[in-house]
Amino acid sequence: MADLNHLIAEAAQDFAACHDVPALENAKAKYLGKSGALTEALKGLGKLTAEERPAAGAAINVVKQAVEQALNDRRDSILAAAQAKQLASETIDVTLPARAQSTGGLHPVTLTLRRVEELFHSIGFSVADGPEIETDFYNFTALNIPDNHPARAMHDTFYIDSGNDSMEHVLRTHTSPVQVHYMENNTPPLKIIAPGRVYRVDSDATHSPMFHQVEGLWVDEQISFANLKGVVQDFLQKFFERDDLTVRFRPSFFPFTEPSAEMDMSWNGGWLEIGGCGMVHPEVLKHVNIDSDKYRGFAFGLGVERLAMLRYGVNDLRHFFNNDLRFLQQFIK
Amino acid sequence: MQFSEQWLRSMVNPSLDTAQLGHALTMAGLEVEELTPVAPAFSHVVVAEILEAAKHPDADRLQVCKVKVGEEILQIVCGAANARAGLKAPCALVGAELPGIQIKQAKVRGVESFGMMCSAKELGIATEANGILELPADAPVGQDIREYLALNDSTYTLKLTPNRADCLSILGIARDVVAMTGAPITVPVIDAAAVSSHLAKTVTLNAPDACPAYYGRVIDGVNAQAKTPDWMVRRLERSGIRSISALVDITNYVLLELGQPMHAFDHALLQGEVEVRFAKAGEKLVLLNDTEVTLKADDLVIADGNGPVALAGVMGGKPSSVTDATQAIFLESAFFTPDVMAGKARRLGLSTDSSYRFERGVDFGNTLNALERATALVLEICGGQAGAVTAVTAQLPARKQVTLRHAYLLSVLGIDVSLVQVGQLLTQLGFAYTEANGVFQVSAPSFRFDIAREEDLIEEVARLHGYEHIPALTPVAPQSMLVAPEATRSKHWLRDVMVNQGYQEVVTYSFVDANWERDLYGNAQPIALKNPIASNLSVMRSGLWGGLLDALDYNLKRQQTRAMLFELGARYEKGAQGFAETLTLSGLVYGSQQPEQWAAEARTFDFYDAKAHVEALFAQPVRFVVEQHPALHPGQSARIYLGDKAVGWLGKLHPQWQQQYGLTSACYLFELDADAALATQVPAYSEVSKFLPVRRDLAMVVEQSVSAQAMIDAVMNENISQLKQVKLFDVYHGKGVPENKKSLAFLVLMQDTCKTMVDEEVDTIVAKILNNWSSKFAASLR
Repeated sequence: MADLNHLIAEAAQDFAACHDVPALENAKAKYLGKSGALTEALKGLGKLTAEERPAAGAAINVVKQAVEQALNDRRDSILAAAQAKQLASETIDVTLPARAQSTGGLHPVTLTLRRVEELFHSIGFSVADGPEIETDFYNFTALNIPDNHPARAMHDTFYIDSGNDSMEHVLRTHTSPVQVHYMENNTPPLKIIAPGRVYRVDSDATHSPMFHQVEGLWVDEQISFANLKGVVQDFLQKFFERDDLTVRFRPSFFPFTEPSAEMDMSWNGGWLEIGGCGMVHPEVLKHVNIDSDKYRGFAFGLGVERLAMLRYGVNDLRHFFNNDLRFLQQFIK
Repeated sequence: MQFSEQWLRSMVNPSLDTAQLGHALTMAGLEVEELTPVAPAFSHVVVAEILEAAKHPDADRLQVCKVKVGEEILQIVCGAANARAGLKAPCALVGAELPGIQIKQAKVRGVESFGMMCSAKELGIATEANGILELPADAPVGQDIREYLALNDSTYTLKLTPNRADCLSILGIARDVVAMTGAPITVPVIDAAAVSSHLAKTVTLNAPDACPAYYGRVIDGVNAQAKTPDWMVRRLERSGIRSISALVDITNYVLLELGQPMHAFDHALLQGEVEVRFAKAGEKLVLLNDTEVTLKADDLVIADGNGPVALAGVMGGKPSSVTDATQAIFLESAFFTPDVMAGKARRLGLSTDSSYRFERGVDFGNTLNALERATALVLEICGGQAGAVTAVTAQLPARKQVTLRHAYLLSVLGIDVSLVQVGQLLTQLGFAYTEANGVFQVSAPSFRFDIAREEDLIEEVARLHGYEHIPALTPVAPQSMLVAPEATRSKHWLRDVMVNQGYQEVVTYSFVDANWERDLYGNAQPIALKNPIASNLSVMRSGLWGGLLDALDYNLKRQQTRAMLFELGARYEKGAQGFAETLTLSGLVYGSQQPEQWAAEARTFDFYDAKAHVEALFAQPVRFVVEQHPALHPGQSARIYLGDKAVGWLGKLHPQWQQQYGLTSACYLFELDADAALATQVPAYSEVSKFLPVRRDLAMVVEQSVSAQAMIDAVMNENISQLKQVKLFDVYHGKGVPENKKSLAFLVLMQDTCKTMVDEEVDTIVAKILNNWSSKFAASLR
């Protein structure tokens, strides 16, 4: 029996020369294939005697195992190299910017109104709305502001050219007419806020001819002026997330509320005017057929841009209506 | 209402300093808008007399003066041209501190100077001055100038609410200060003048409802050129009224002091009797401000034998007004009712101190008093003899009793004030009342026009109790859950969908340029404003695209190159009755479809991008139908339908407008009725089929003009029960497809809910579809 040990070194050399799996399989045939050297050697065992066979067989197997080991090692190595190559080829710069999408955002007035709505919704207020082109009746008369009342001069009103229509129409000067519409169509108890656009003939650094108000109304049997103060204070504390914020009421006059007050809010050591409010005037309740002996209510109006300016530190009202993307996109959250 | 603090304090002097008094006024509802000291802080300035003024030896423009400042005589170098011997003027002594100047002993061009002669500007009481302040010859030398000119004073400016007409006078404010502080009041003593002239005017009231009280008297032998005393000029000036002449000043003074507008006619220029009546339509009157007004039948006038001589309660007439030559006056003090006065001045484009007060309500209990007050001042200042008062009165307004229930008061305000305290507050207000079982019966005085019902009294009590002392209490109320129906979406949801698609919300004006309406919406007759703030903001928008394009333009001018904008707001249209407002969602995309980046090939937005954005808004599928819109490219314009209802538009901005707006790239727009997108349904389960659907792909060659949607609609309308979906998945032009034609590839999904479909069934359906397309669209299988 010839010495087969030299095959181990030969096979190792042949396998090492292979750089991919098919080549390796070809090289394998020379040793382990049907007519490979080791296969042939095993076939030759039959010619040996029974005494010789075990030792010869064992010797062949040692060589065969060594060759197989070399084959497997080489195959693993080829596969590992291939995978490493693939991984290397698939490596990217993960620091490149992400695939860009447009980033949209809400207008700061909307952000403010949404927050106002959420806060009031949390204590059971619904949102109501009404027309912006109002009749003179809803904007004034139903709110206890008759023709020629000096209080009309307090509102710089836009009038609509109604042609031959006898009914005078205006752009609503406040959100208070929504109160009237809502009370006409619903029965107490009532709890609403009415956010929306309002209009005054005024345009300068601190006045916009169009701006936003939010009106609040709570009508029930035992509503008091102290409750009005309580609700407004609670709202402002939550809106600004400041528990130390307090509300000061100052006597004022609105024909549709009595007693009426200007609301001031403590701010940086002073007082800031934040809106008007009061107990709904019995004349207003009378216009909408609510029994003022049984029910009473409070109403308030807040300036939305004012809230937004204070909340977000905006220093110029005009930003809100220029629609400059460099301004608006600061409010993406 | 502007007034001098010292004038007020002459009537009521509470132990509050200037700032505290201001705060008290504000917190009682008389908002102090402005509080300004009459003079800045300074001291050691006295009345001085220049005894000699000699030229400075070394300076042409300077004089060396010998100045008497009391016992002492000082040498002072003065640069004022008007410094001269005999002149009295303020002198700042060494040690004085004026605004920005410290007075020291100094050498001026080598001559010692021991003080400074002062101008009004240097004292800080005027913004301009020409030379040193010349004082009257009788000014007492040595007296502190602050005392002499009464400079320790401030002016308050009140922003009065229309209900508080009673505070349009010093007396009225003083009364309210009494009510808020309890301090005692000192009102001017007014005695009836002794009658020493036989002259009198007859007055006839022909409009007694409009003028229920008219008092007048002639004062004869007056010196119309008399000088108004300094104290009066000062009080008027500090109340914002310029001194004109003694007679005019006196009427203005009484107006401010007592709140009673008055008028003085030149007696000699009144012909015959005086009459209070409504004007005859078309009558003309030249007013004191030199404008001629044509009167209407509801204008109230004072007339003499020749016609109107004054617009009652608004302004006197020019022809009968007092002049320097006037020798006798007819002085009028009347009460004109607010109802009649309301709006009359404004109609003529006027607003006078008089009309302002009469419109809001003048104390009808003080009309005669005011006449006597003015008479006394005229006699004192201008001399003369007073005639008898002509008094004509009718039914004055009645002050009805108002009930105030103590328990109701407490419950409305949410405070605790005792019955006794309420009574005390009413007394301080000057309200007469009786009380029994916790119910007050209150009568308001003649100067209060705002007390007609219980709430008016509650407000008064609240105001004097102090709004600051009302607690902040959150209400206790029964709670019930508050959730919108499930089949609704909120406006905020709509906005969020837009934001998540990359859109930025904008808020644009509801009033727009009329050209936008005409160009973009073909709206030649928009809803117009009678009084627009600017010509380009003169009509109400019937769509939101103009505002979006304007916002785009604004940003393109600021170096933005792409934009995705949306707005949610009303559009306004003329309705069958009045006006209709529709909540509208509009969007605009412009420029590159994605932000500039390395990771995607750059391309600009196209129609189908915007279409995808629109579809994302609807819960139900919407259909896009080829229709034309004035703003849109005729070949890239679609009307959006939800069911049978047209709910909006989508398209490319017409190249004409693109050019007009100076846009270099195409712009896509959409506009929807927001309600259509807000509609949704509560999901309802339907059985999931156990049998797999069968798919067939059909590539059809059709004319370019054939609409894919029309092909899909045509087969879906056949109502084939097993046909579930027909969907376009490819569009192809080019090799293999004839010119002017296109290949549309559809996937067809078929499914039976009860069994697996066999080939024959599938083939039958496919054949129906092909037939349909072949006959309706001349479509052939590719």
